[in-house]
Amino acid sequence: MTATTTAPLTAGTTRSARGPSPRLRAWATRAPLLPALIFMIAVTQLPFVATLVISFFDWNALYPKARHFTGIDNYRQVLTDADLRHSVWTTVLLTVAVVLASLVLGLLLALLLDRRFRGRGIVRTLLIAPFLVVPVAAALLWKHVLYNPEYGLFNGLLHYVGGPQPDWVSNTPLLAVEASLVWQWTPFMMLILLAGLQSRDQQQIEAARVDGAGDWQIFVHLTLPHLRRYLELGALLGSIYIVQNFDAVFTITSGGLGTANLPYTVYQSFYQAHENGLASAAGVLVVIGSIVIATFALRVVSSLFREEVSRA
Amino acid sequence: MNVLRRGGLGLLAWLAGIVFFLPIAWMALTSFHSEVDAATNPPSFAASLTLDGYREFFGSGGGPSPWPALANSTVASVVSTVCVLLLALPAAYALSIRPVRKWTDVLFFFLSTKMLPAVAGLLPIYLFAKNTGMLDNIWLLVVLYTSMNLPIAVWMMQSFLAEVPVAVIEAARVDGARLPVILARVVAPIALPGIAATALICFIFSWNELLFARVLTGVVAETAPVFLTTFITSQGLFLAKVCAASLVISLPVLAAGFAAQDKLVQGLSLGAVK
Repeated sequence: MTATTTAPLTAGTTRSARGPSPRLRAWATRAPLLPALIFMIAVTQLPFVATLVISFFDWNALYPKARHFTGIDNYRQVLTDADLRHSVWTTVLLTVAVVLASLVLGLLLALLLDRRFRGRGIVRTLLIAPFLVVPVAAALLWKHVLYNPEYGLFNGLLHYVGGPQPDWVSNTPLLAVEASLVWQWTPFMMLILLAGLQSRDQQQIEAARVDGAGDWQIFVHLTLPHLRRYLELGALLGSIYIVQNFDAVFTITSGGLGTANLPYTVYQSFYQAHENGLASAAGVLVVIGSIVIATFALRVVSSLFREEVSRA
Repeated sequence: MNVLRRGGLGLLAWLAGIVFFLPIAWMALTSFHSEVDAATNPPSFAASLTLDGYREFFGSGGGPSPWPALANSTVASVVSTVCVLLLALPAAYALSIRPVRKWTDVLFFFLSTKMLPAVAGLLPIYLFAKNTGMLDNIWLLVVLYTSMNLPIAVWMMQSFLAEVPVAVIEAARVDGARLPVILARVVAPIALPGIAATALICFIFSWNELLFARVLTGVVAETAPVFLTTFITSQGLFLAKVCAASLVISLPVLAAGFAAQDKLVQGLSLGAVK
């Protein structure tokens, strides 16, 4: 949208303007951008470079004098340490399970909300609400109010039907964390997919219906292909946020019972164990994982973005 | 048949909405119960209502008062949001209305910083703060939250400013209007709802943040989410208090989220979905 509409303006003004040299004018155009750019580089890129450097040192904060260069030793240790390897696995499991489950649920909800019915606005608002609870508060809600084996709501409701009274967090710790995250992230997926559904070409759907296509055929052959990139976008943005999740793991299980994911492990290894070098190496590994996801994410965002640009 | 099916799907949508909202409704109801009524099995739906949970939360029972934490969160969220707007607005202008060369590359650089996980820079930031005496200082969080939200804001704002028709700007220029006038009279009215939504979303993310706040603050600068972490371990009968606390601390986010509802998708998808 922007490329086509703004280009003529710039061209027009450069030609008509007189006075300062082109170079000066180029800098005048750039000037509004510089504060934000410099700020971002200073606050996000420099610390990462520092992390990278520290990751090559054997450095325990409790013994600062013993700090020395160890090459890739930290990485070797992170990758061979059973606990850390387990946390890599937990991170993958947590991310994939939450993203897939909330994507499927989000799609079903978006399809339900895409049709007209009485009170649609209210239902939409009810469905968005879980996403707007502070993450720590949501995790506390699940941990104490819903999961509590003695007086939690789940066991309370099971009581009515004479069901069992499981200790949810102890029996299925990872699933307990995942369920609370799915509850929070389904609205996010629903919103993105609903926007996708509403940008469908209605004429095309009408034409297909006139040609005798049924609901299911329209869904499989028209809706799903159109939604593909919205599904990808939801999956990738969701992955970026959930790979980094700290709040739910920290609150519901405090990283215990085999639920420690990489962000929690990084937090623990420097905040509690003071292993700066190891924590940095684990942090770098999280970044490498994110870069893999992010490369795909950027591709999806940029293809949607280009479509918007060319549509205008 | 068709009418019946349509009615059935509407009912299903309502059911889904209620199921998703149920935990929040239950949290709200429990927050108004006494501690004894809150901890029964089966649950007491019709127990008498009381404000004890809220009184407890606000420190009447001798516990720590949540007001300093709420004040810290307010400062961190509001000031960082203002900083984000001050930095993002000119940047978005230079990426949409009067774009620099290779503006898409710059836009994607901003996005890529958002994909760098917070843990990647946490340790150096912690060490830096420790050595410069900035630990437990709310202004450090302001700087970090600004950097956390700036890429989102630049992306959102870029897409909102790009909606201002160039012909209108050009017409104003031909009429002899100068840049400040154009910005105030032409650009602002069209872009204002988008700017407001951007601000609300930045506010939400700052208010919610836990990892940085947990690592970098202590007794003085602790934020509301850090205050909530004191409820992680059970303290006897405290459900009503937990519910009251969670609800009070979530209220600003719920309010901001519903206010920005229409632009929420665009913001959360970094402007990729309109």
